[in-house]
This record gives sequence, C-alpha cells and structure tokens, in this order.
Amino acid sequence: MDGRQYYTDRKDSEEIAVIEAKDLTKRFGKQLVFENLNFKIPDGEFISLIGPNGSGKTTLVKIMMGLEKKTSGELKIDKSQTIGYVPQFRNIDLDYPLDIEQFVRLNLKFTISPTKRRENNELIKTILAKTKLTELKDRPLGLASGGEKQKAYLAQSLLNDPKILILDESTASLDVEVKMQLMDLVKELNEKYNLTVIFITHDYELTKKYTSRALFFKGKTLEEVKVSDVSEDMFEMGS
Amino acid sequence: MFGYEFMKEAFIASTFIAITAGLVGVFVVSRNMSFLSHTLSEIGFAGAAFGILVGISPLAGMILFTLVSSIAVGSLSTESSRREASISAISSLFIGLGILFLSLSSESSSYATNILFGSIVGISSKEVNQLMILALFVIFVFIIFYKPLSFDSFDHIGARAAGLPTRLLSIAFLVTLALSVSIGAQIVGSLLVFVLLTLPGATAKYVVHTVPKLIMVSVGLSLAGVWLGLYLAFVTNWPVTFFISAFEVIAYFLGLSYKNWKLNH
Repeated sequence: MDGRQYYTDRKDSEEIAVIEAKDLTKRFGKQLVFENLNFKIPDGEFISLIGPNGSGKTTLVKIMMGLEKKTSGELKIDKSQTIGYVPQFRNIDLDYPLDIEQFVRLNLKFTISPTKRRENNELIKTILAKTKLTELKDRPLGLASGGEKQKAYLAQSLLNDPKILILDESTASLDVEVKMQLMDLVKELNEKYNLTVIFITHDYELTKKYTSRALFFKGKTLEEVKVSDVSEDMFEMGS
Repeated sequence: MFGYEFMKEAFIASTFIAITAGLVGVFVVSRNMSFLSHTLSEIGFAGAAFGILVGISPLAGMILFTLVSSIAVGSLSTESSRREASISAISSLFIGLGILFLSLSSESSSYATNILFGSIVGISSKEVNQLMILALFVIFVFIIFYKPLSFDSFDHIGARAAGLPTRLLSIAFLVTLALSVSIGAQIVGSLLVFVLLTLPGATAKYVVHTVPKLIMVSVGLSLAGVWLGLYLAFVTNWPVTFFISAFEVIAYFLGLSYKNWKLNH
C-alpha cells in the first residue's frame, strides 16, 4: 500500500523531492534552535547547508538521520533513500591501528556465508576504487594524511549504498588542493550515481564551485538561496 | 610441575584468564578504557573483601561490585574529562572500603595479600570451573557482538552515524570487562589484573593492523605471559604477578620500538 502510494507520488511530481521539510521546528528544552523550516531537496542535487556556527546545521542533519527528534512540523524523507553521513570529527590518533581497508570494512554487516563474504570483498574493492583508495588500502589510518582520512570516511559511509550523502565540514582542515580533489571525487559520485549530496560547509569558494543551491540558516530560519546569490558575508562566523 | 594438582588447576585457570583478558584487552585499548579497567580492579578488590566479610565467596563479591560499578559508569556522562575525574574519585573510595572490609572481617592478612597480588596456590577445582564458565560467557558475548562492537570500538563516531545501538554495545562491553577483571584477579591479583587487560592489547596495536590479528596477537602475548609467569613462579618461588607484568611490559616496549623502527624505515 505504502509502496504504491509512493509510486503515484513520483509520477505526479515534476521534481522528485527526496527530503522535504514543512514548518520543521526544534527546541532543546526552552531554547529554540530553529523554527518553521521549509525546504525541498530534489533527487540528485548537490546542495550546501551554510550559516554561522551554532545556527543549527548539525542539529538539522541529526534530525534527518533520526539521531535527534524534531519538536514540531514535518520532515519527509523518501523511504527508498538510505542516508550516508560523514561526521565532522573522528577520534583517529597517530597510533590508530587499523589500516584504511580495515577501517572501511568496519561498516560491513557480519556474515558467515561464503557467498556473502565474496560479495563483501567485491563491494570493498569497488568502493576503494570509487574513492581512489585502492593503492592506499594497506596504510594505517593513523598515518594517513588529512585528505586520505576524509576519503576513508567517505568510503566507509558509501558501504551501505546511500542515496543521500551528508558531508559535515569534511573539507574543513584540508589544504586547498586536497579540498578540491575530495570535492571533485564527491562531484563525480554525485553525477555518475545520481547521489544526492548535502554539504555542510563554511567554505565560500567550494559552495560557489560545486553546489547548485544553498540552504542558508538566517537567524532561526532557513532560506533557499540560488548559488549565484550566495555571498561571502553569509559565511561570517557568529554573525 | 604438572605433578602438582594445584599447578594443574592454576595452569587451566590462567589459560582461560589469558584468553579472555587478551580478547577484551583489544577493545579496552581501542575504547580508551585502560584507566577504567584499572579502577575496576580496585573496585574488584573492595568487592572481594566485601565477599569475605559477609561470607559469600570473594569472586562473587568481586563480580557484584564490578558489575554494578561498570553499569554505573556506562550511564555516567559520556564526556571523557568528567568521566576520568569521577572515576578516580570513585576508585579512591573503593580502595578505602576494601581496606575497611578486610579489617572488619576475621580473615588473616595473607588472604588479603592473595586478593591484591594474586597467587598460583589456593585455586580449587570448583573455582576453576567457575572461572571457565565465566570466561566462556565473555567469549560468547564477544562472538555475538563482534561486528558491531568492533565498529563502535574502532570508530565510535562512524558507528553512531551508521545508526548502531552504541549505548547498548557500551553496556554489553562494560559487563564483559567487569567479568574479565573478576576472573583475572583470581591469579594475577586485583592490583595488577589491568596489566593483562591493557598491555597485550596495546602492544598488538603497534604490530598488526586488522581486528582479528589484533585479537590473535593480544591473546598470544597474554597466554605467553601467564604461562611463562607460572613456570618461573613455580621454579623460583617468586610471585607470579611479577613475572607476568615484567613480560608484558617488556613486550610492550619491544612493540613500541618496532613501530618506531618501522616508521623510520
């Protein structure tokens, strides 16, 4: 029943929204994080989520992932969409023991079936190739560079075959050149596999270059902004 | 040396202790809980003393205390700095309690020494059976939770992002840790059981880079330590704990040097 409903929905709408918010509001106790957010994210879009620190970007993402509850309003996520999330911080120190391939494999489901195991091995190979990590797979993650680490995080989150990928400031600590490489890679996945990408960022240049639209936290609300209208002052911290 | 019944018992018990401690130790290290495992040993000491005082077995007292406190820790704040502080406060309290319980009970002080420092004599075959059952239970829990526990232990943030029940995993782990402390203390003593629960796991980290290999190396080092310790203790009549800790510490520094050597070559 649910599936059929969803099929006709798809046919009727010109633009398929994979995520849609209506009057979405979140409070922590008495404190208002944001209220009445209204936006649509169509299938396959590469969109950025911008705004000052503490404006509610991560909270919104947590609600999308089901890690946090909304206070009121609606957040519809297409049921066929699995979400991959690349968090901002990871506890990976120099002594971190696992190599890159093993780190990516952490996200595999347990199985004793030999067929499933073979499939898993194939999947890992494909993902490592997709993220251009094949040659680096034996490097201990603790010794990998910032860009290599981000690629490993990305690879791990791709394991569940997500249709929506959320990048939480994944480029924040990287050199310009490495940033571009990572973003080129994400863009490639976005175009080749029609992956919807939500890119949380403080980076003006990257927003301009890679994303088609921005969701901009302004005060306690959210505005949908065309990328041509994105301006540098939207990235000013704490304003 | 196996001509002596007590050595046979000690050998079997140590083997099970080493396997559980080596296995659990990999996760103690990857979850940054070395400090907590140290504290749990001290709490275990108080538990054993309590067991003697009220007339249940020291092992039962230990399990009671370590289980309750590990679950309490699991529900404490996840903020690690606050956790460290509250853990050290709790640990001082429990050492004090342990000393109080011992002085209130009528047992001789040699009994206290055994709990604190471990002993290869005085493990009965009934106790060996209890240890084996507990050890098998711990191993069983690890087999069940192996995949998600590895994910959560080696990448907590990723595991949360992937929607794993990290709270439940954390409690399951703390329960096995509490049991391992109680099991291990029977031979190594509560003062040094954390040696087996942290050093082999930490050493393994410097030499191998997959979870199964980490477990193999850690269990291997832990077994080598207790077997060698038992043998040397038997031959020299020195305390077994000394040999075990000396072995594990040397192995740790060799591992560390190996890692540094590899980095420069």
